[in-house]
Amino acid sequence: MSLALVFAAGGLAAIGTYLVTARSLSRIVLGFSLLGHSAVLALLAAGGPAGEAPIADRSEPDTLANPLPQALSLTAIVISFGLTLFLLALARRQHQLSGDDLVEDDLEDRRIAASKPTTQSHAATEEAA
Amino acid sequence: MTAVVALLVAGPLVASAAGLACRARSRLRDTITIGSLTAVTALAAWLLIAVERDGTIAVRVGGWDPELGIVLVADLFAALILVVAMATILVVEIYAIGQRRTAWGADPQLAGPLLLVLTAGIALAILTGDLFTLFVAFELILVSSYVLLTHQGRRGQIRSGMTYVTMNLFASTLFLIGVAVVYAATGTVNLALLAERIPELPSELQWGIGLWFLVVFGTKAAIFPLFSWLPDSYPTAPTTITAVFAGLLTKIGVYALIRFNTLTGMEDLGPVILTAAGITMLVGVAGALAQDDVKRILSFHIVSQIGYMLMGLGLFSVAGVAGAVLFLIHQIPIKTVLFLVGGLIEEHEGTSALDRIGGLSARQPLLAALFAIPALSLAGLPPFSGFVAKLALVEAGIAELAMPIVVVSLAASILTLLSMAKIWLGLFWGTKPDDAPRIVTPTGDTRSGLGRRLTVGATATAVAGTVAIALFAGPLWDLSERAATDLLDPVAYTNEVLG
Repeated sequence: MSLALVFAAGGLAAIGTYLVTARSLSRIVLGFSLLGHSAVLALLAAGGPAGEAPIADRSEPDTLANPLPQALSLTAIVISFGLTLFLLALARRQHQLSGDDLVEDDLEDRRIAASKPTTQSHAATEEAA
Repeated sequence: MTAVVALLVAGPLVASAAGLACRARSRLRDTITIGSLTAVTALAAWLLIAVERDGTIAVRVGGWDPELGIVLVADLFAALILVVAMATILVVEIYAIGQRRTAWGADPQLAGPLLLVLTAGIALAILTGDLFTLFVAFELILVSSYVLLTHQGRRGQIRSGMTYVTMNLFASTLFLIGVAVVYAATGTVNLALLAERIPELPSELQWGIGLWFLVVFGTKAAIFPLFSWLPDSYPTAPTTITAVFAGLLTKIGVYALIRFNTLTGMEDLGPVILTAAGITMLVGVAGALAQDDVKRILSFHIVSQIGYMLMGLGLFSVAGVAGAVLFLIHQIPIKTVLFLVGGLIEEHEGTSALDRIGGLSARQPLLAALFAIPALSLAGLPPFSGFVAKLALVEAGIAELAMPIVVVSLAASILTLLSMAKIWLGLFWGTKPDDAPRIVTPTGDTRSGLGRRLTVGATATAVAGTVAIALFAGPLWDLSERAATDLLDPVAYTNEVLG
């Protein structure tokens, strides 16, 4: 049981990491969703074997699932939900501004890497921006 | 005292909600922001006095057992950094309010309340006694910083915001997985219990956990090779926001590194940390030398200076960690004030590109003085605070016979001076290029009125604060040394939390 959880967490982390390295922000959002699930599964797996629902006065204490990782997971899920929405808002804004949701290069960086700084290149940078 | 510790976290959050509720009424909103920031600064100072006199204070939130519940712990290290951080945020907010009167600032409706959320997150990250709450505190800091960075929606901000959010979100996910690993290995996330249980783990597992959290906190702290998001994103934000980020965000990462590694006794990681420290110093300063925009130069210096704090930690001696603590105290206001001066220059000249500004020292002698003091301090010249902090670190390095890192740190200092000289030559000496376009500021006149007095006044106060750090270096060093002794021998910490 626990081993299956660990493999699921690892697989999700691998796919999530692959998606996060993409240029398109919508893929990055998907990647972070998977990574978030992976982290939650890891937390659950860390809590030990499964058991009955941990509700006070209703189940036997020694057959309970460990409630602490569940509480931690719940917090993590709420945070990752909010951040997914924020990333989607960013993607939408980028789409409004440039017509797609790709992460662009740092122009200043490219300018400094490419040439000695001159006034012309400053002007060129600003035109591009 | 219990209430004070809790108020430091809860107070800014409540004030933030109040500020949001009346966001359209600027005077009331600004009063709430300034009032609450003044209050938390005073509370932090009170806490420092209490901790200095009576020792570490631990608060069990909701009265739960520390193994299950949240603990807030104020030791000397936490109280010291808290005072400096809160005072720095207060100064920046005064600057921001002045700046809004000249219509140069961020969207005034959201910036104040968001800054308060950031403040609460910083207080929580400093005071927290368990790893998961530290994760939540980081999220609180980062979420407010994401919004502060991008909420104006300009193209450059969205572009760099995407990199910033992706990088930090990835580190946060790694943090969460790391928490799961630690919980699986030890059965707790409480730092005091971890201080007892992690040293008993097999050494491979200790190395794994240590390196994992070095990557997690190292990304937040922008150490080599995890720093590339920082110089890309910070310069695009409005001045006040960059100033807060520069002064505090990376430093909270360093704070977490120092807290975690000293509590869990990761001395074996010392050489790894020292190597990262040396490369971070050199790469950061080399990056700064290649740039020709004030904000970007200063952003690379953030990275470079992180190396010095890591150096103190990597030595794992009382003198080394005390040096890192003192460096942290010096660095938070210095970085903030340099960005504030950069903002004043940008406001005055309409740009922060070196080759478009010249001869400022004749036109604006006050600006020149306000820049010169923190710049020389950053480079580590006597008699400023940077000299005291760097001297402490170099002495600690020599005492531990860690010569390579001492040589690297001195070389990086000289290069920092060179980079500051480059800014000085570009901005303050020479003449303004004839073809430099005069960019008209949004409201026209930015040079007079209350707004100008507030921005310059806030900057001057912060500069005076950095000079005060140099003047009171003796007592501050004693405090840092006591804090470092407590950090390296966490018995007092664990006794207070678990006892």
